Parts: sequence; C-alpha cells; structure tokens
Amino acid sequence: MLDNGYPLATESNVLKELIKPPSLVRSVVHTITGESKLANVSSTLPTGQLSNVPWRRTGVKYANNEIFLDLIEELDVIIDKSGTTIVAEVQGKIQANSRLSGMPDLTLSFMNPRLLDDVSFHPCVRYKRWESERVLSFIPPDGPFRLLSYQISSQSNVALPLYVTPQFSFSGGSGKFEVKVGPKQTMGKVVEDVKLVVPMPSCVTNVNPTSTYGMPSYDPVSRTVTWNIGKLQTQKYMSMNGSVTMTSGEAPESNPTIMVEFKISQLAVSGLKVSRLDIYGEKFKPFKE
Amino acid sequence: MSTGGYQGPTADFTPTGFGSDSPETSSRNGASASVINPPLFAADYKRHEDLKSMLDSSKDGQKREAMKLIIGMVAKGKDCADLFPAVVKNVVSKDSEIKKLVYVYLVRYAEEQQDLALLSISTFQKGLKDPNQLIRASALRVLSSIRVPIIAPIMMLAIKESVTDMSPFVRKTAAHAIPKLFSLDPELKDELVEVIEKLLKDQTTLVAGSVVMAFETVCPDRIDMIHKNYRKLCNLLVDVDEWGQVMIINMLTRYARTQFANPNQEEVAEDAPFYGEKKKKKKKPKKKKGYTMDPDHRLLLKNAKPLLQSRNAAVVMGVAQLYHHVAPRNEFGIIVKPLIRLLKGHVETQAIVLSNIATISADRCAMFEPYLKSFYIHSSDPTNIRLLKLDIIANVAGESSIHTILREFRTYISSPDKQFAAATIEAIGRVACSISEVTETCLHGLMSLLSHKSENVVAQSVVVIKKLLQLHPKQNKDLIDQVARLADSVTVPMAKASILWLVGEYCSLVPKMGPDVLRKAAKNFVNESDIVKLQTVNLAAKLVLSNPKQTRLLCDYVLSLAKYDQNYDIRDNPVSSLNGLFLQGEETALSKYAKKILLAPKPAPVLESAFKDRIHWQLGSLSHAVNSEATGYMALSDFPAEPPDPSVRNVEDDSWWGKTKEKKKNLHGDSDSEASNFYSSISGSDVSGSDNEGSEEGSGSESESGEESEEEEEEEGETSSDEEDALEKLKKRFGKKIEVSDSEESEEESEEEEEEESSEEESETETSSDEEEETPRRSAIAKPKVAAGKTAKSSALKPTAAASPRRSEEPSLLDFDGWDSVTASTPNSAPLNSYPISTATAVPGASTNLLQPLTNQMAALATSSPSSSASSAPPSTKPFTQEIISAVHTPKKTYDLLNRITGNGLAVTYHFCRRSHITSSKMVAIDVTFQNCGDSTLSGIRTGSPQLQSGMRMSSDVNIKALTAGTSQTVTVGIDFNDTLQPAKFEISVAPGKRYPVQIDPLVGELLRPMSVSEDKFMALKDKLTGMHENISKLSVAVSPASLQPAVLEVANMAPVATTTKSNMQRYAAVTSTGNLPVLLTIVCAEDTKIVVNCEKMVFNSMLAKAVKESLV
Repeated sequence: MLDNGYPLATESNVLKELIKPPSLVRSVVHTITGESKLANVSSTLPTGQLSNVPWRRTGVKYANNEIFLDLIEELDVIIDKSGTTIVAEVQGKIQANSRLSGMPDLTLSFMNPRLLDDVSFHPCVRYKRWESERVLSFIPPDGPFRLLSYQISSQSNVALPLYVTPQFSFSGGSGKFEVKVGPKQTMGKVVEDVKLVVPMPSCVTNVNPTSTYGMPSYDPVSRTVTWNIGKLQTQKYMSMNGSVTMTSGEAPESNPTIMVEFKISQLAVSGLKVSRLDIYGEKFKPFKE
Repeated sequence: MSTGGYQGPTADFTPTGFGSDSPETSSRNGASASVINPPLFAADYKRHEDLKSMLDSSKDGQKREAMKLIIGMVAKGKDCADLFPAVVKNVVSKDSEIKKLVYVYLVRYAEEQQDLALLSISTFQKGLKDPNQLIRASALRVLSSIRVPIIAPIMMLAIKESVTDMSPFVRKTAAHAIPKLFSLDPELKDELVEVIEKLLKDQTTLVAGSVVMAFETVCPDRIDMIHKNYRKLCNLLVDVDEWGQVMIINMLTRYARTQFANPNQEEVAEDAPFYGEKKKKKKKPKKKKGYTMDPDHRLLLKNAKPLLQSRNAAVVMGVAQLYHHVAPRNEFGIIVKPLIRLLKGHVETQAIVLSNIATISADRCAMFEPYLKSFYIHSSDPTNIRLLKLDIIANVAGESSIHTILREFRTYISSPDKQFAAATIEAIGRVACSISEVTETCLHGLMSLLSHKSENVVAQSVVVIKKLLQLHPKQNKDLIDQVARLADSVTVPMAKASILWLVGEYCSLVPKMGPDVLRKAAKNFVNESDIVKLQTVNLAAKLVLSNPKQTRLLCDYVLSLAKYDQNYDIRDNPVSSLNGLFLQGEETALSKYAKKILLAPKPAPVLESAFKDRIHWQLGSLSHAVNSEATGYMALSDFPAEPPDPSVRNVEDDSWWGKTKEKKKNLHGDSDSEASNFYSSISGSDVSGSDNEGSEEGSGSESESGEESEEEEEEEGETSSDEEDALEKLKKRFGKKIEVSDSEESEEESEEEEEEESSEEESETETSSDEEEETPRRSAIAKPKVAAGKTAKSSALKPTAAASPRRSEEPSLLDFDGWDSVTASTPNSAPLNSYPISTATAVPGASTNLLQPLTNQMAALATSSPSSSASSAPPSTKPFTQEIISAVHTPKKTYDLLNRITGNGLAVTYHFCRRSHITSSKMVAIDVTFQNCGDSTLSGIRTGSPQLQSGMRMSSDVNIKALTAGTSQTVTVGIDFNDTLQPAKFEISVAPGKRYPVQIDPLVGELLRPMSVSEDKFMALKDKLTGMHENISKLSVAVSPASLQPAVLEVANMAPVATTTKSNMQRYAAVTSTGNLPVLLTIVCAEDTKIVVNCEKMVFNSMLAKAVKESLV
C-alpha cells in the first residue's frame, strides 16, 4: 500500500486484513449466501498500524492455539565435470505459521545457534536479544510468515544423497547421451521430487529421450530435456538415454550442464536444530508445543 | 436503462462544471462494462441505481452496505465514478464506518472530479477534528490527495494542525501530506519547511521515517535542521519501519559526509595501495594522527549496524552504502556477509547488489576474497548476472585464489553463452594484468584458446592477447610471432585488426613476419571490413618506415586502394595522406618525424573493471545503477577538511548544563526534566523504542546498550576536545540520575511526545489537561530518584563529611544541602552491608530526624526490626514524595539459599525485607542470614563472582570475617533485577577454599515498590495501560474482601488504593523497582474473583496475576 509513492504498508498481514485473499471456502460461502464477492473487502481499517507491533493484527482468537515452524534449507551445489564439489552453499529459512490468540510473546532457542552467523529477521524479532543471548524473541504476526533466513557458506563436505553420471557423444549431425541416476548416502531418508533438466546446445534440433523409469520429455522451444523421476528408488536402475539430432556441420563445444533438483523432508543439511519454543504473555494452553 | 435517468440527481447536486464531466465518465463506464462482460451491463446499471437509492436511504445499515459494495467494485477495478455525488453526500455521515469507506472512495476518485470533490472539503475539515485518529488521518490523507490548487491554503492549515495532533498516526499522515502539497504548490515551501522542522522534533518511530521522507523531497539542503535531531534519529533507527529506515539512512549518510571528519584521512593523504594502507594503519595508532571519531559519528555507525540483519534488501543496501561512504575502512568488513546474503534474492535484487559489489570490490578487493565462491556462476544465472559476477571475480582475484579462479574460468569459456564466454576471456586478461605472477600462465592459456573451435573465443582471445602483449612485448617475441601467423585464419574483424596492429607495432621484433602479413592483407583488402582496412593502412605505413625495401610497393598499392575506398574514414585517414606526402620522395617537415609519430612507444592499456568509474556515485542509488545522473540525485559531498562544530548537535540543554553546573543544586526542580530531555537524545529514546514493543527484556537489554554507548562516549571523550570532555564528565556524573528519569520518560512517551520540550516551556505553553496531570506526577517520581543518585555520589565523593541534618522538618525539593550531608553520614553504613548491625545502628539517630515525615508503618517497621534500621534510612524511602511509600507489609517468609548440609554447617537463608536498598533505589533489598550450624568457627565468609544477566547489578560483596558456632549474622544485599525475573547467581565462599554456587530467584511481587495514588490517578494510569499491557485472569472461587488484602500484600509489595465507591473492588498500586513503571492491580470480588494487572512489562502482568491468584486459592 502506497501513499503518494511512499510505501505505507508492506506487511502482508496488514494487507490481507484490508483485502482478504480469495479462497475456495470463501467463494463457496459467497455463492451459497449470495453475498457476492464483496465481502472480501474488510470494512474496518487495520488497527495494527497504530500499535507498536504493526505486523500483528489485534484481537486474534483461535480455538486451537498452535504455531508451526518449518525449517527449510536449500542447498546450492556446483559440481564440475569430474564430480568434485566446487561450491556448496546452504540457505535456510524458518517459515512459521502462527495461529495463536492474543499477543503471545515467543522465545525460540536453538540447539546450535552458533551455526547461524549471517541471519536476516522478520522485523518482529528483537535484535538485541539475539545479539546477547542467541535466542529469537518475538511477537509473531498472525498467519504464515518468514521468521528468519540464514546462509551458511563454505560448508565443506556436504554429502549429496544421489549421483548423476552423464555421458554425451556428439558426432556430425547426431549424438547420443545417457544419464544414470542413483542414490548415494541417503541417511535413511527418502529422496523425493527428483528432477533433471538438461538444456541442450542451440544447434540441437530434436531429442528423443527414453528412460527406464519416469517419463522424460523434450521441449523444442526452450531446448531442454526434462526428466521427472519423483521418488528415488533404491533398487531400480534408473537411466535416461536418447538420440540427438543437430543441424549438420555444427558440433556443440561442450557437454551441456545438467540441473538436478531433489527434496528430502525431515532433514536439515546444516544440522540446525530448534531446541525449544516458549510462550509468554498469554494464558492459553498451546495445543501442541 | 437511460443515462439521463441517473444524471438527474447529479445535476441537482452540482450546479456547475459537472455536466461536462459526467457523460464522459458514464459512457466510459458503460463501454468498459459491455466489453468485459456484456451480460453484466444491465446488472451493473441496475446496481448503480440501487446503490444510489441505498445511499440516499435514511438507514445507516443500508448506506454501509452500499458503500461496501461500491468499495468492493472499486477494488475490482470497476468504474464507480458516476456514483460520486451520491457518495460525497455521505461524507457527513455520523457513522464512522461509512465515513471511512467514503474516504477510501474519495481517495480514488477525487482527482477525477475535482469540482465535486470541493464539496466534501468542509467535511474533511470536520473530519480533522474527529475523535477517532483513523478518521482524522484518513481525512487528512484524502484532503491532501485532492489535487486542486485552490485548496492549497486549506491543506496547509490542515497540515499545520495535524502536526500537533496527539496521535502519532495522524502526524505521520501529516508528514506524508507535505510532499503532496509541495508538488501542488511549490511556493509554500517556506511554510512547509517550518512544519517539517516541527515534525522532526517528534520522538515516535512512526513519524520519523515519514518526516525524513518529506525532508528529502522538500528541503534536502536544509541540513541544519537535522543537527538537533541527529542523535534522536540515530537512536530511533532500529524501530522505524523498513522504508523509513532506508530514508533515514540515506539522509544521514549525506549528513555524515558534511559534518564529520574523514575517518580515513591518513590513507587519503598517503594515497597508498590498499594492502599498504592496512599495514601502515596498524603501525600508526590513531592517536598519533590526532584523529578521533566524533561520538555522534560512532553513534550512527553503531545504530545502523543491527539493520544489516533486516529482511529488506533496501535496508541492508542502505547500511552497506552508509558504511562504504562514512565508516573507517577497517570497519567496513561487517557489511560483506549481508551483501552476499542478498545475492540469494530475486534476479533484480541480485543485479543491483552485484553492481554495487563490483564497484566496492574495484576499490577494496581484499574484503570479498574469502567469499569468492559465492560469486561463482550458476547455470541458472541470466547473462547480465553472469557478467557482473565475472567482473567481481576478476576484481577480487588475489594471488592465493588465482589458480582456482582460472580453473573455473576454463569451464566458463566453454559455455554456450557467447557473450559470457567472451567476457570470461576478457576477465582472464584482467586477472593476468593485475597479478603479474600469473601473466605468463594466462597468456599461454589464452594462446591455447587460439586453436579453439569457436570463432568468437579465438577472436576475443586475440584481442586480449594483444593487450597483454603490450605489457611486455620484448619477452614475448615468439608469442607475437605465433599470433601473427593467425592472421589468415582469423576472420573476425576485431581480432584480425588486432593482429595487424600487433605486427605493425612490433615490426622490429618480428621483422620477417611483417611484409608477409601485409602482402596477405593487401590481397584481400577490398573484402575486409573497415576496421581491418584501417589497420592494414596503418601496418603498411609502419612497415614502410622500418623496412622500405620490401614493402614500399605493397604500401603504395594499399594506399591507392585506400584512397578510393568508399569509407571516408579510410580515405581521409591521416596516415594515408601523410604517407601520400612523404612517399613522393620529397623531404618534408612531416616525413622527418613520420617515424616518431607512427612508431612512438605507446602505453600499455590498463585493464580494469567497468565499474571502477561508478565509484563517484552514491552506492545503491539509481544513478549508480544506470551510471548516469538521475533526476533528483544529490551527490555526496566530500568530507570537510575541518569538521564543523560538533556542538550544534547538542540539544540546547547540554550547553545549559555546562553553564549551570555549579548552580544545579539550586535549580534542581528544573534541571531534572532538562536532564531527561538531554539524555533522551543520547540513549533514552532507544529505551523507549523497544519498551514500546512491550518486550519483557526490553529495558534490560536496552538500558545495557544505553550504558554501552555511554561508556563508549566516555572513552572517546577522553581524547576529544576539552569541551567534550566537560560534557562527558557531566554525563558520567549524572549518568545515574539521567538514566532514572529517562526510563520514567519512556513510560510516558507513547502518550506525550510534546513533553520532550524543556520543562519551562512545558509549564508555560502546554495547557492540555492531560499534560498538567502528567507533569507533577513525573517530577514527583523522578526527583527522589535524583536524590538517590545524588546522594550515592556524594557519599562516594566526600566520605568524611559530617552528619548534620539541617532542615529535616521541611521536605523541600530544593533542600539538597541538608540531604547531602545526611546521607554523607551513611558512608559508614554504605559499605556496611558487610558489617551489619553493630556499626550500622549508630546511624538511626541521625536519620530518623530526617525521616519524620515517614509513614506510620515505616516507623513501626523501623522500630520493630532494629537490624534493618540502618538500611531503612536510605534516601530512597523518600520522605519527599507522596507516591512511592515504604512497604505496607513485610512478609516473614524466608527462603533457603544454602542448605546447612551442603554448606558443611553454614546455612544461609534470605528474606525479602521490602526496604529500598541503601545504595540505589533500583536495588531490591534482601536480608541474607548466615547461620553457623556447625561446631567450629567459620571464617572468611564471602560472596562473589556474581553471574548476572545483562542489566542486572548486585551491591557490594559480603565479607564476614568470622562466624562462631551457633551464631548467625544478617546482611542486607541489594540486587537490581532490572525488572526481569532472571535469577541472580553468585558464589558463597568460606575461607579454606570452599565455594558454593547459589542463586536468588526474584519473586515478581518483590520487584515492586508500593506507590500511593488517588483513585482517580489510578484510573487514569490504568486507562493508559490497556490492550497488551493488561492481563485479566479469573478465579472461580469467591474470596472475601477482608481476607484479600493480607493475602495480596503477602505476595506483592504494593500499596492499597483508598476506594470510595464499590466495596467489592480493591486496587493496589506499585512501581517496578528498576524502571519505575507503574504496576496496577485490581481485584473484583464477586461470585468469582477477577484479577486485572496493568503494567507495561507483560511478564510482570502475567506473573503477578499468577502469584496473586495462587495466594488467594
């Protein structure tokens, strides 16, 4: 929300309070009650702006008081031709969804706060407390928000849970490739949503990928081969191979870069652990702590 | 549905000017509706008609419904302009909901229908006086959004009025309205500047950002207005909203550049390379140069630092540029990590941040070297990001990292992204150029690229090789030879031109190659592109000078080809004409110098970052991003050679303090509030900021920071000018006092910002009833504290002063001399915590004299427990004040500190004696009883090594020389819990090396000091502490009012408030011992008991409620 070009409110909670985002439930309700779409607009101005905690709306009430914290870490790795890890960076964030009544004052402490050396906070977090005690003390906004994000660089030995061995051979106007995928150290966790994207060189006109598992596809517009594997099977042999047609005479200078995405739930690469979350300032019993 | 039908009422409503507007808008509406959704066409019109009749109805409910529908349509992007007259009528509605909605509507449509909007203006003026702050604010916002020049004076008036509004939200809106009015009527600038000046004095975080924004748009050159507010802005910074922070930081950067001395003076003067500087700096301690950072300069840097942790990239960037432009070089390092963190943001953010890093790294490469890997290119990066990253890598590369970088570069070269590969080769050239160690390696690497498959790579390599060879042509003769051989195979014009130039330039080094290359070039001359042709001509000219025998004919041929070339550049090339001259065989003046002109030694090109030249832009600015001056860009001035007088930033009272240092005793009534004002500009507002957040630890950590800054300033003050020295001393001297009144102020700040003005002004000018009520209370609470601080000091200063109370009967506020000397007598007892009872009992004689106005209870207490009389005398019992009184009741309960079994015969118990401690009123006095239960004498009992949370303090340690078997000794220990419920941990040691770690857990009720207030006052205070400062809990058991009071007083050190009305309601009041924040307890006895606690400290709220509840059950 802007006033004469100057940002007035950028806090999503405040904006949502002004205009409620459309949801399925609401549209169903509107259709049934015939209230038309207008109830999406709140008739009251957000009072939070006036308070000292502008991110939190006042008068929040829930039957079940709960707060969810999701620790999400993203791992960015660059691996060179020979398979050595060149860069491995971990970016993490704590995505919270607060459903707590009143004005709760939360304190979140970590088992190993030393891991976090470069952090950015939601404005609700008190810097000073973090500086002195390494605990996060905050009055949360209502609803989903990102509590903090952090970056851990120079993570020297990140054990990747899978391997990818590509083989490309281009000669004349055609080429072949084979990409094998398999699990490495998975630490007993399931590797999900595995997806390989292979951008082909510009001289490639067509690719016919086939695979032993999953359905690879080639998009001629973006010249990329996408192979959605899904859950990584430990037993199955997984490979994709195919032939490449190219405009004659041109050979690509180098093998394409393969981008691999995957997801492992219940695992934080950095080893960051939340030790406890205390609620002060409110009387209710949290549904689950 | 005819349009005429609904134009009728509008025509009635607006006699002039509307007629032309209306059909246009209505037809637009109709058209758009029909285009988007034809079936809705009819429905929409009907709705408008319906809405109109709803708006005209007399029922508020209907109107509200109609307005909701309209705003809903506006939000969906539907045109509701034709409803304007009908809506405007409702601006006078009494219902606040309707009013709000009408305002929202007006903000959207007022600009389109200015004439009609004029009708609503009187309502806004009324709205500006509405009791609801939201209405006032939105009335002002709407009023200022109507861009009708004739109402500019009205807007001016409205702004002026709103600036003094009670609600910070309205003041914020007023600040927003200023730039709007300025753009509407620039002639009002002078008046607006006055308004801004007034607003700058505001103490709230809500306003600060907005007013700085207004300042920046209206009068960015009036830096003099900032002086007085500088410290306040620095202190508020952390708590201002994100966008405000960006504004303030940018403004303060400019400010700092004009007001402070350059922190990097030495380096600038020496102009040494970066590495050198670093070493030199270490060798030279700062003192030698005589540069000391202005404490204000330090304050800015210190307060901006935590913002690096912001989630908002703009804020982080702002702080980074602040540090870049203002901070000493050695402190700059802290911004590196946050900047790198930003690289994980959106591509757009990345681009801006990278271009800024590129600029910084061109200057300070070593900073980023450890983070080199963060700049490695990901396959998903778009080309512009890749180029920026390459530039940074090339900037940052050092001798240690160069080999990994080159390996990385090798991969990049094979990228299918041509532009990127070319840029990589250029980067290699730069690296080779800057690090002489690897020049050779790079050159050979590049040579190997000459056989690369890709034409582009080869071409780019040639260009870079040419540049590198220029550095050391002599040593690389064979390389030149090798490159020259490429002349036929290379087809890219730029590369070919480079080769030709190289051969021509170094024709003396490769004499055999020249003619051959020229021959081939001449052969193909007509088919070449212009740049190659030019270089061929050049080559021919150079060769003919050095080797005329072999090349003259070729040269003639080339020149004659060039003479008739289509391109006039080639035709008119000075070389060709020049050659034309001397080739005719005549000795002209020119031909004599031909060799000198053509074969003059040329300086090697410097390969450097393209971002180097952006260094003169302010980082993070638009101008920096586009590398040309954007409208409204204000260049940072250089640091002044001689910094302007730092005293301009002192708030007036500072100087006043300096002058009246001697007289302060007499003027104490005034100076008290002066002090608070003065200090708030240093650390006070900081405290208030986070107290507002309602944080439990707020004052704890904050006041700590306050102390920190104080300390820092003190340190610096030592080396700074005399004047500052004096100031620092003053600060030191009054540190304690100021701190107290300061926290007092923070409590009130949220309600009354105006109070910040000096107290004389306050009493004269401010007449609002609220103020009048507040002022005496504040001074009443604060003054005794002053006394406390003062006496503690004086006792330290003159421990030998005689005890001679002079005017004990009259508790005058000005009676300081008497007071001083009384407490000066207590030095005997002050360190005396350790020698209890015996020596201390000597004092009561003197002190009871003074304590005549003590309450009865206190007197009773004093006599009933003689052991406590020594410490019950302290000044903090305050005979002066009507408000803070001594304990009404003292619980007898004792707590075990050390069990006699674990303590090997030494048992230690403690008991909250509810007296104020002798050294500081902030301390909670605790009677600690040491009992020797063993059979042998224990000697050397001491307490020590306290482990306290920040902000907490403990009075001097206990030292009992000997404790014979079976005896006990009680010592009063004072602990300042800093209004937290953290335990105070310390050790008790007994002579032969035994140590027992113990801890005293504070009880919430004991951290209070009872306050006696009237019922009205109580209610007034309570009204201010609602919302999150209120805790209501219920007890399902009925408690008889009679049993209530003892139970409450047992757990909480509070004073009952005399009630006149309901008998089933009891009220208790107290203040917290450290922060002096009021704590109010209300208990309603009915079928079930309701306990209401009001306090700014939310922990107190809940804990006290819990404690009281437990005591009642």
